[in-house]
Amino acid sequence: MIKVLKSGFYSSIQDAGRFGYRHFGVPVSGSMDAYASKFANLIIGNTEDASVLEITMMGPELQFLKPTIIAVSGADMQPSLNNSPIKLNIPIKIFANDVLSFGKLQNGIRAYISVKGGFKTAEVLGSNSMYKNITTINRISVDNKLDYADLVTPGFGYNSTVKYDNSLFSCSEIEAYKGPEFDKLTTANKDQIFNAEFKISKLNNRMAYQLEPLVPNLLTPILTSPVLPGTVQLTPSGRLIVLMRDCQTTGGYPRILQLTERSINILSQKYTGMSLKINQKTY
Amino acid sequence: MAYQLKYSRYGEFAILIEWPAKIHTSILKNSLLFKKAITSFYIKKKVEVVSSYNSLLIIYPNAIDKFNSEVSNLKHLYFKGFVTEVKNTTTWEIPVCYDADFGTDIEAFSVEKKMSKTEIIKLHSTAIYTIYFTGFLPGFLYLGGLHSRLFLDRKKTPNLKVKKGAVAIGGNQTGVYPNDSPGGWHIIGNSPIDFFNVNTNPPSLFKSGDQLKFTPIDASSYLEIKQQILKSEYHLKSFITHD
Repeated sequence: MIKVLKSGFYSSIQDAGRFGYRHFGVPVSGSMDAYASKFANLIIGNTEDASVLEITMMGPELQFLKPTIIAVSGADMQPSLNNSPIKLNIPIKIFANDVLSFGKLQNGIRAYISVKGGFKTAEVLGSNSMYKNITTINRISVDNKLDYADLVTPGFGYNSTVKYDNSLFSCSEIEAYKGPEFDKLTTANKDQIFNAEFKISKLNNRMAYQLEPLVPNLLTPILTSPVLPGTVQLTPSGRLIVLMRDCQTTGGYPRILQLTERSINILSQKYTGMSLKINQKTY
Repeated sequence: MAYQLKYSRYGEFAILIEWPAKIHTSILKNSLLFKKAITSFYIKKKVEVVSSYNSLLIIYPNAIDKFNSEVSNLKHLYFKGFVTEVKNTTTWEIPVCYDADFGTDIEAFSVEKKMSKTEIIKLHSTAIYTIYFTGFLPGFLYLGGLHSRLFLDRKKTPNLKVKKGAVAIGGNQTGVYPNDSPGGWHIIGNSPIDFFNVNTNPPSLFKSGDQLKFTPIDASSYLEIKQQILKSEYHLKSFITHD
C-alpha cells in the first residue's frame, strides 16, 4: 500500500490505455508520455503496460507501507527518498515506510512512478487508467491508499544498460501526417501551419493542447466523425487543437493532421508558453 | 447497395473508410454491415472499429506495415457483399419526465419556438429515432429523426453542469446526457435511465442501428423508476420489429 501524504498538482494511475470500448464513447486514456511510462516499467522488469502513477508539474509525497522496487522516469522533478536525492531511470529498492517526495521541476512536465508488478488499483473495462465517470476517482488525493503487488523476488532481477532518450525534452519540433481533411486547406494555410512557430496555450491538459496563434481558415465543420489521440483539429475560429490521450472518441471539427506516436510523447512533456514547430511527415 | 468508398491512412495505427458525407439510414446500414464483416475478418487481431454517420475507423494494435495490401483486403471484403439476413430492429422505450423541474429549459424553449409545452412533448415523444453511433461522452447516443419543428440552435454560452439524464435539443439533434457534463443544448426533460454503467456488461445496452422512442412519464413514476434502477429491479422496455 502507498499512503498519499501530498497529492501533487495532478497525479493519476495510468497504463497503456483502455482498448475495446471506443464504440461506447469511452476514451482510450493511458500514460500521456507512453515512452516514459514504458521505460519506467521495463527498467524494473514489469511488462510495458503495467499501471504506473503519472505525476504532473509538482510531484506528490508518497509513503510506501511495504517493500517494493520502483523507478521514476520522464520529467525531472528532483525525486528524493527519505529526503536524499535519487536518480531517474534506475531501479530503486524501497523498504516499508520509505517516503518518496519531489522538488522543483527541471525539465518536461510529466513523470512516471512504476512499482514492481504494477499498481493494483481498480481495473475498469480492462484498464486501470483513471478517467472521470469510468473509474471512481480521476486523480489521487491526500489519504488515498494505492495498493501494489507484494514483492515476491527480492533483488532487482534486471540488468540493463538502456539509456533514456533525453532528446525528447529538448526537441521542439513535432511531426504530423496529413489528416482526413488536410486537403481542404489552402496553400496559405499549409504554409502557415508548417512554417509558423506555435506556442502552447494555457488550455492544455490530458484531453487536448491548444496552440497559438490562430490559423484563419474557411474550412466548414464536418459530420461528427472518429478522432484519435494525436489528431489536430482546426476550428472555424482558427484554433489548432491537438487531441491527447483522454480525448473524446468523435469530433466535428476538421481533422487536418495526425501526430506520430513519438510526437504525442514529445508534446506530453511541454507546457504553457513553450514553442514548437510542426513538420509534415509522409507515409 | 454498394457505395464508392474512400480508404485513407489515419496515422500509424488506423485506416479510415468514408461513405458520402450524408446522414442517412442506408449509409448507416451499409457501414454497420461492413463493420460486422471487418470485425469477423480481424477476429484474431485486437482491432477496434469505431463507426460514425459516414465512416468507420479501424484501429490496429500495431503500426500498419503494408497499408496497400490491408486496403485491398478491405476492398475485397466489401465487394464480396454482405449476407442480407432478415434484420430485427430493437426499439427501446426511454421514459422521460418533461416537467419543468426536470426539463429546465422547456419553458424558454416553448417561448423561443412559439409552441406549447404539450406540442413540444408530443413532437418529441412520437418520433422514432435511429441510433447512429455513440460518441462525445461514454454512452452518449447520436440520434437521427428529430422533427424539424423542434430544431433550435445551441445556446451561445454552454451550461457548466448539465445533469445526468438530461434530454436535450441542440440544432437538428436530440440526445440524453449519460452523466453530469458541460453542454450547450436546451434541456427539455430528464430520463431516469442509466445510459452507461461500468458495472454492467456491456456498459451500454444501445447499439448503432437500434431505434429509440421517448415515453412521457410524471415525476412520481420518475422517482419510482430511479428507485427500481438503484435496486437493479428495473427492466428497460423494448420491442422488436422486422424489416
